[in-house]
Amino acid sequence: MEGKVRVEGNPFGDLVFRTEREHLPAALRALRDDHGFDMLLDTTVVDRLELPDREPRFDLVYNMRPSLGGLRVRVQARIPAEDPVAESASGIWRAAEWGEREVFDQYGVRFRGHPNCKRILNHKDFVGHPLRRDYDIKKQQWLSEPDDLLDEMEKKRAADPEPGERESMLINLGPSHPAMHGALRVLLDLDGETIRHAVPEIGYLHRGFEKSAEKGNYTQVIPYTDRLNYCSSVMNNVGYCRTVEKMLGVEITPRGAAIRVILLELGRIMDHCVQLAANLVDLGALTNYWYLFNEREKIYNVIEALCGARLTHCYFRIGGSSHDLHEGFAEGVREVLRSVPRALADVEKMVARNRIFLDRTVGVGAISAADAISHGFTGPCLRAAGVQNDLRKDEPYYGYETYDWDVVVGEKGDTYDRIWVRFEEVRQSLRIVEQALTRLPGGPANIDDPRVVLPPKREVYENIEALMNHFMLTMYGIRPPAGECYGAIEAANGELGFFTVSDGTGRPYKVKVRPPCFYVFSAFERLVEGGMIQDAIAVLGSLNIIAGELDR
Amino acid sequence: MEKVAAGGALTTRVDALLAWGRKNSLWPLPYGTACCAIEFMAVVASPFDLSRYGAEVVRFSPRQSDLLIVSGTIVHKQAVILRRIYHQMAEPKWVIAMGACASAGAFYDNYCTLQGIDSVVPVDLYIPGCPPRPEAVMHALVELQRRITEGIPSKAQVIRMEEEKKGEGA
Repeated sequence: MEGKVRVEGNPFGDLVFRTEREHLPAALRALRDDHGFDMLLDTTVVDRLELPDREPRFDLVYNMRPSLGGLRVRVQARIPAEDPVAESASGIWRAAEWGEREVFDQYGVRFRGHPNCKRILNHKDFVGHPLRRDYDIKKQQWLSEPDDLLDEMEKKRAADPEPGERESMLINLGPSHPAMHGALRVLLDLDGETIRHAVPEIGYLHRGFEKSAEKGNYTQVIPYTDRLNYCSSVMNNVGYCRTVEKMLGVEITPRGAAIRVILLELGRIMDHCVQLAANLVDLGALTNYWYLFNEREKIYNVIEALCGARLTHCYFRIGGSSHDLHEGFAEGVREVLRSVPRALADVEKMVARNRIFLDRTVGVGAISAADAISHGFTGPCLRAAGVQNDLRKDEPYYGYETYDWDVVVGEKGDTYDRIWVRFEEVRQSLRIVEQALTRLPGGPANIDDPRVVLPPKREVYENIEALMNHFMLTMYGIRPPAGECYGAIEAANGELGFFTVSDGTGRPYKVKVRPPCFYVFSAFERLVEGGMIQDAIAVLGSLNIIAGELDR
Repeated sequence: MEKVAAGGALTTRVDALLAWGRKNSLWPLPYGTACCAIEFMAVVASPFDLSRYGAEVVRFSPRQSDLLIVSGTIVHKQAVILRRIYHQMAEPKWVIAMGACASAGAFYDNYCTLQGIDSVVPVDLYIPGCPPRPEAVMHALVELQRRITEGIPSKAQVIRMEEEKKGEGA
């Protein structure tokens, strides 16, 4: 390995290895086998067309970390535009299968040795690769008919070790089906009611977040992030703002950090409430939905008083938040703290010993810890498989290490564990909120840095310095130094990362999201094959796939 | 009224009776794809309670529903499916575009997002907001009920009537 891989200094504290593309597979394999980087987080490409160092044009990026926490590493290799081909890493991590498909779809870099290198987010008739810098953002293409997915199904059938004599039936589950959570689709090959093969298709909500993010300035990306995981918008705000703050090298105030902790945990509670409610409705237990959505409504009311919006909050800003907490915020949160445990206990009482619930979840859709890691699982789904992995403990931010709470882990990684991990996580979040509320420090909510935060309005009217800063920030936006940066937080679904490339101007050159449920959903076919058709519904709900985040 | 209760009768026109029945038993098909769908769930949940308007029977089968509520972004990949679902619904039917995305593509002015569902299905009511508040959804429903009571034709009917007129003129 020596001599082929070199360490590249990076201004933002990430460890970056650079190599030639022919050494890429060896380097990745060595990192996994010899250095414990068993988790591939994300794969992407930086199209360097408009950057100073533009030849070779594509910069292929593999982003990884050990599953039990530790140093993060990126491996990057340049690929020329005339011959956009690289060796696939799908034999090393399963997570690479979907990650590389997305790279091919969005940037047109092909992968040798990839089992199924076809489009994933855009439809099959789409011409061109939308995330290339020279693809016009407004060039729309109409689709005549959906993909039949038979090419993948035939491949799976041919590879079946025991096809046997059976009458097979093909069924489309979704994309418009109540249990498919909006915009997901799975083609199922059934033998009676048993699923022999499953081919999932995504992209029915691919609304171009990453391309749109290149259009505005850094602050204008925040409302787009709201609509990634729309069940817990605040968490996406924080994930993005924290990444840009990392690039700027600023640290938010103690009060700002405490506010973020409170809202992050409230967001987690809301997200888990939706997941549990929807999952239980899918299993036929409708009453729990009324109970859990009532609690969600109470949190909505607190947040609505805080920022005026119920669902898409857009409250946090780079360097802090749009404004400080309002009077009565603490009382509102205390009310939530009082009522959520009661509702949770009621729901648990209704399902904990319910025969139907247990029959449909215990042992259904189980995944081993090793498989989950290979697929790039993070968050509750990984913890349900027994892996003690939580960024709030592994790489604490905003003082999470000073709060008293526990990481919840499951045993078998089945649907039951995934549901129960979430139940417990709500309790842990309540503990954190309670502590954060008690110790909420005074002082400003925003940092005092004219490069990042607008000066107070009164000063803008009264002194020339503030007026100039106001104009500069409004016209040119926040300008982080040029470079590449990856920042992540533990969102409700798992590790939500933002890989941001700055060219030194006020507009992000590239914003790539590392969506937790993209990699979780990539394991879906493995989880349901061999099970019954109704198990697919139970498993899907327990994975908490949010289409906005999955397809971006 | 006592007479009615005692076995008397009320007289009305057949179309008014039909309209009264229709307006109080709308069965929505929530075509939820994104954020708006979560807010639609809130509308159905107990604090807001859509059943006050007789529209709580949400049906995901187009054959059983007469009100298509498109809540969420429709991208080009999804548009074909939305159109097919709409055509599978039996007449009379109405369409509500819930939220900025379904109405006009919202701020997703890019390569993949449909700039409003009215380019694939006829829309009766647009609800502004991103996402709209539950009260806005209920307001749309009440407005639709008013139109049904007053016998105002749906957008689909208007388009059909215009086409027929054109056919006669030629």
